[in-house]
Amino acid sequence: MKIGDKAINFSLLGVDDKVHSLNEYPGKYVAVIFSCNHCPYVRAWEDRMVKIQADYEKRGLQLLAINANDDAKYPEDSFLKMKQRASEKKFNFPYLRDRDQVTAKSYGAQRTPEVFLFDTNRVLRYHGAIDDNYDDSNAVRAHYLRDSLDLLLQAREIATPETAPVGCTIKWK
Amino acid sequence: MRGHGLRVAIQYWEECPSHGEALARVRKVLEDENIHVKIELVRVESEEQAQRLHFVGSPTILVNDVDIDPPTTSHYGLTCRAYRLEDGRISPLPSEQMISRSIQKIKGNLKST
Repeated sequence: MKIGDKAINFSLLGVDDKVHSLNEYPGKYVAVIFSCNHCPYVRAWEDRMVKIQADYEKRGLQLLAINANDDAKYPEDSFLKMKQRASEKKFNFPYLRDRDQVTAKSYGAQRTPEVFLFDTNRVLRYHGAIDDNYDDSNAVRAHYLRDSLDLLLQAREIATPETAPVGCTIKWK
Repeated sequence: MRGHGLRVAIQYWEECPSHGEALARVRKVLEDENIHVKIELVRVESEEQAQRLHFVGSPTILVNDVDIDPPTTSHYGLTCRAYRLEDGRISPLPSEQMISRSIQKIKGNLKST
């Protein structure tokens, strides 16, 4: 998926046992983040994901995390473990299972975490990493996702629409 | 100063991007400790090799064949490794302090034998 492309809808089961669809969030900015349980890069970033959702929720952000990993090879990514992780970390966004990996493939996602930020017209406006430092949230110099959201909210062009996602590769079947 | 009888190895899986930074951290710790040893880089490329090496994830740092953060799992395979840092955070990399403490401990064991 390229910057400027329209979002591809999906309907995926969440850890709340409800099916969530991209079409559920009219008028919202949507950050689809391909994520998982086992990857240490995700684990390093997931508190920041929770904070971003909390900070931008009232300004119209809906973050959706999607786990497409093959849980036969990576049992920590099973749906049950996803439920446990969402509960432990108090996820304030839907955490969805892409069991057949169709959504991840249709988005061209490669890594976890990998962000696809859509504007209210469901046009892709930012793609890549959450920020520039997985190891230390206090040492972040470029807040890619936050900066993109700030610019979108001001109806301005996004300065850095694409960065290289850093993390584990998606575990394909 | 020479290598104090230490052997240092980094086992890594190419698909986890932190191994370069792991190497830089190990180099820095060794420099700070004034220890001059060659760091052996072991590229893990298959599940079979991971099983054989008891590889729990990338990067794994061994000092005299001892893991600097002994794993609590026996699930071996091609994956990225999570380290719990001193402040409780999870990171794809061990901290310099973790690496340094392990080297100090093994150096101490060598002196006492």
